[in-house]
Amino acid sequence: MNSANPFGEYDDDPDPHNAPRIPVPRTSMEDTGLPLPTPPLILEHRVLKALLGAWALAACSPEETAAVEDHLGGCGACADEALRLREAVGLLHPPETLDLDPALRTRVLQACLSRRPPRIPVPSWATPYDAETARLDALLQDIGDAEWHAPVRLRWFDGKEPTSRRTTVAGVIAHLLTVDGLVAVALGLDDPLETPADTPTPAARTEAFWRAAHFPPTRSVRGPWREQSHNLVRTVAFAGGGSGRLPVPYGEFELPLRDSMLDRAFETWVHAGDIADAVDYPYEPPAPRHLHAMIDLGARMLPSALTARRQAGLAAPGETPHLVPAGAPGRSLRPEIEGLGGGEWLIPLDAPGALASADREVAHVALDGVEFCQLAAGHVSPEEAAAGQSGDREAIRDVLFAAASLSRM
Amino acid sequence: MARRDTPPRWDRKMQQRLARGEAAALGELYDRFASLVHGLAHRVLGDEQAADGITREVFAHVWENPESYDPKQGPLRSWVATLTHRLAVQRLRTTETAALAQDGTDDTDELERKVRRASVAARADYIVTSMPTPLRTALELAYFQRRDYRQTAADLGVTADEARRRLRLGLQLLSTAHDAAPSGTPPEQGGTR
Repeated sequence: MNSANPFGEYDDDPDPHNAPRIPVPRTSMEDTGLPLPTPPLILEHRVLKALLGAWALAACSPEETAAVEDHLGGCGACADEALRLREAVGLLHPPETLDLDPALRTRVLQACLSRRPPRIPVPSWATPYDAETARLDALLQDIGDAEWHAPVRLRWFDGKEPTSRRTTVAGVIAHLLTVDGLVAVALGLDDPLETPADTPTPAARTEAFWRAAHFPPTRSVRGPWREQSHNLVRTVAFAGGGSGRLPVPYGEFELPLRDSMLDRAFETWVHAGDIADAVDYPYEPPAPRHLHAMIDLGARMLPSALTARRQAGLAAPGETPHLVPAGAPGRSLRPEIEGLGGGEWLIPLDAPGALASADREVAHVALDGVEFCQLAAGHVSPEEAAAGQSGDREAIRDVLFAAASLSRM
Repeated sequence: MARRDTPPRWDRKMQQRLARGEAAALGELYDRFASLVHGLAHRVLGDEQAADGITREVFAHVWENPESYDPKQGPLRSWVATLTHRLAVQRLRTTETAALAQDGTDDTDELERKVRRASVAARADYIVTSMPTPLRTALELAYFQRRDYRQTAADLGVTADEARRRLRLGLQLLSTAHDAAPSGTPPEQGGTR
C-alpha cells in the first residue's frame, strides 16, 4: 500500500472500471440488521418523571435510562425524587423465608395462657387437632399455585391389601374438609358437603364432594378448610371438656368427640405428610405429647378392629371366642412403642371387653412410634412393620393387620 | 363459604373474644399474625431466638391487654405491627447499649444509626407486605425477577404506562419507611396508614 499517497485507495484500485463512478445509495442502516446508532431520546418532563420508578429499579431501556439521567442534571424536583426512589430500592429484601418453627406456636400460646388463664380453654383432647391444622396451614402457605395440582396418592389398607386413590394436593384438602365435616355436623355446624353422600362415611363423603365440584379443587379450598378447623376448635372449647363423650357418627361406626378430634389430628398429620412428599417439603412428626395421644387412640381401637377382622374371617379365632366375658382377663399382646411419644400398652386379644392382662401376655412387639402411626395410616404394610417381636406369631400378625385396617381413605 | 369476616369486623370480634378469655381466639390471632410479628422482629434484631422472644411478648401483651387495642383507630394488623416494632426496637437498643457498655465505649451515634437502620428496614418490610397487591407484584417482577417495565407490563397484562405508574407508586410508598416515626409506617397508635 502506498502510504505516501493519502488518496492511494483510489490509485490502488486493481480494476477501476468495475467501480461505479457514482456510488450507489448506501444501504439503509435499518436494513442491515446491525444495531442502530441511537439518537438521544428527547422526552418531556412529564414522561421522564413517570419513568423514575422504572429507572430506579433499572427496568428501562438504555435510551430511556440515558434520557432520564440527562434530565436529572437539570431538574431538581426529579433529581430529588430519583434519589429517594433509589434509596427505596435498597429497602427491598427478599421476603423472610425463615419458616416459623411450628413448636413456637405451642410455646407462645402456653406462655400466654400461663400469664392469663383462659376463661374458655381449649380441651386438652382438642389441642393436637389445633396444632396439626396450624402446622398444615403453614405448609400450605408456602406452596405455589401449581403445586396445588401436584398429584398425591391417598393410600390405605382395605383389610386385605394396600389400596390407593389418586388426587391432588387441593383434593387432599377437600378430603380433610369433608371428613372434618363429620365432626362439624355432629356439633351442629354447617356441613361443607352440599350434596349429601350415599352413606355418611369418610370415603363416600369425599367422593361426593369431588363429584359435586364442576372443576378439580384448587387452592381456594384452603379458606373453607381452615375456617372450619378454627370453628371446630372454637366450638368444642365452648362446649367444654365434658362434650368429649358426644358421639360422632362416621357412617359405619362412631367415635366419642374426644377421640374423633384426635383421629382428625392424626389424619391431618398423615395427609400433611402426603402433601409434603408430593411437593418435596420436609415435614416433622407431631409434638411427642400429641403423638402419644394418637398412638394411644390407635392402641385403644385395636381390640374392636381385631374382633371385626375375626368376624370377617380375616383373623384367626380367639382362644375362646365370645366366651371371655367383659371385664375378665384375657390373652394380651404388649406393643412397646419406642421413640418420643411412645410407651407401652397391653392389648386384649380375645374380646374388646376383655381385660388386658400382664399375666396372660402371649406376645411382645417393639415398634417405633412414627412407624406405628404409618402402619395405622396404611402407609406401611403389616408384613414390613415390626422391628422386634417375640411370642405368639399368629397373635402378632393379627394385631399388625388390625392396626393397618384402622386406616381408611 | 366466602370470607365473610372483612378486617374491621374480624378485628372487633377478635378483640371481644380475647377480652372474653377465649383460648381458641388466641390461637387464631397467632395463626393470622405470627409470621408478620416474627418477620418484623427478625428484621430488626437479626436473630432467631430474639425474634421468638419478641413474638412471645407481643402475643402475651395482646392476650393480657386486649382492651388496649381500639378498633376505631385502625386495623388490628397495623396495631400488632406497631407493637412488634416498638418492642423489637426497644430490645435492640437494650442489647446494643449493653454491648457498648461491655466494650467500654459509648459510641451512641453508631448505636442510633444501627437502631435507625433496623427500624427503617422493618418498616419497609411492613410497607411491602401491606401495600396493594398490584403494586407489590409489579415491584417483585421488576426487582426480584429482573423484568424491565415493558416485560412487567406484559406479565401483568397491563399497559406500559400502568406498569411505570405502579413501579413509581410502589417505590414512593416504600420510601416513606425513611420518614421518622410516627408519620412512617407502622403508625404509633394504630393510626390509619
